[in-house]
Amino acid sequence: MPNLKDLKVRINSVKSTQKITSAMKMVAAAKLRRAQESAEAARPYAEKMERMVADVGESIGGIEGAPPLLVGTGSTQIHLIVACTADRGLCGGFNGTIIREVRTLAHNLKRDGKIVRILCVGRKGRDGLKRQFEADIVETIEGIGRRGVEFADAQKVAETLTTMFDAGGFDVCTIVFNRFQSAMTQIITSQLLIPFTVPETADDEAGKDSAGAEDTGPSAIFVYEPEEQEILADLLPKNINQQVFQALLESAASEHGARMTSMDNATRNAGEMIDDLTLTFNRTRQAAITRELVEIISGAEAL
Amino acid sequence: MAEISANNTIEFELVSPEKLLKSEPVEMVVIPGTEGDVGVLPGHSLLIAAVRPGVIDIHEGGQVRESIFVAGGFAEVSPERCTVLAEEAVPVAEIDRAEAEKRLEDAKQALTKAGEVEDGDTDAAERELKTAEAMLAAASAE
Repeated sequence: MPNLKDLKVRINSVKSTQKITSAMKMVAAAKLRRAQESAEAARPYAEKMERMVADVGESIGGIEGAPPLLVGTGSTQIHLIVACTADRGLCGGFNGTIIREVRTLAHNLKRDGKIVRILCVGRKGRDGLKRQFEADIVETIEGIGRRGVEFADAQKVAETLTTMFDAGGFDVCTIVFNRFQSAMTQIITSQLLIPFTVPETADDEAGKDSAGAEDTGPSAIFVYEPEEQEILADLLPKNINQQVFQALLESAASEHGARMTSMDNATRNAGEMIDDLTLTFNRTRQAAITRELVEIISGAEAL
Repeated sequence: MAEISANNTIEFELVSPEKLLKSEPVEMVVIPGTEGDVGVLPGHSLLIAAVRPGVIDIHEGGQVRESIFVAGGFAEVSPERCTVLAEEAVPVAEIDRAEAEKRLEDAKQALTKAGEVEDGDTDAAERELKTAEAMLAAASAE
């Protein structure tokens, strides 16, 4: 039987843990609302930009000398994986699922004889991948989204990407992040950044649009002002910025959602634990009282 | 030129990285393209244009109904839709003159600073200067 003092200490410690988790839940919920709003508000821009790049790419894609950001370097030997995780833990499976996804991706690529490089956005990703892929991690970018994700953050990541790409650091770039769906569910998404491809969701939408307006179909010929090449040179890096920005926004919203749900669970679990412990505490107390009574009575009888 | 759509309006969409700013039918819109202003009426042929920092005018009944300042971007035009992806967009009426002037000063300083350093990023500074100039011009025209 544990003694009363121990139980009391235990109950108090669980209670203070519960206070912390419930406070974290509140904070996450407040941040989630803001992050969710900005992630959802930014979606139209990212989608429209993607469509525009797809349109321009369509007409220029076949031409020789098309920018490598659009068509790739012609090789697929070196893969860069950008892993978007959080800087902090305590958010359920959020970081774990990303790490697992990156690990599978990297293993598959390595099995096919490719070279894998990993760029970690967020400290937890590096921590999780360090053990297995220490040699492959080229860079870690931390401290993003501490006060909400800003465009400058995305630019920093995108700049790292383009500089590395220009220097021949990789041929194909995939970004792995959690797409925000609701506070409870995040969808793991691997999006090919370089070379440019139209993701399926954007494709669907483009399909719908062209169904409504027949003349904007894929065969449509656009007039460009200035030349396609010039527009593309400007548009492609911006598109990468934007896609990275979107991924970071989605990831931030997902992080807060995941943290909110997991902290909610933790608070509930702590509550259950407190109930259990209180029950044991009361039983022990009762037992102690009974024992004392028995001792007093038997002592009196012996006289 | 393609056929003019029945209701004589074109769907105008203005999107900034933060959000969808505007999505409404308009009679005509004038976009500041890098190679000159582009007037877009319903039934405009397919066009993709780069946008310079300047003012987008929404026309109605032969008059300018609304003016919005944009800091560059891209425009995609189809016969029934005109989408502008702006890096930054502020209604002209809401531009703070003092702020625009300060921005111009900052941009000038940034440019001289970038010019002093070898290999400095003068492109970005120049772009910022042009944006600030256009913003101030827009505010003055009001």
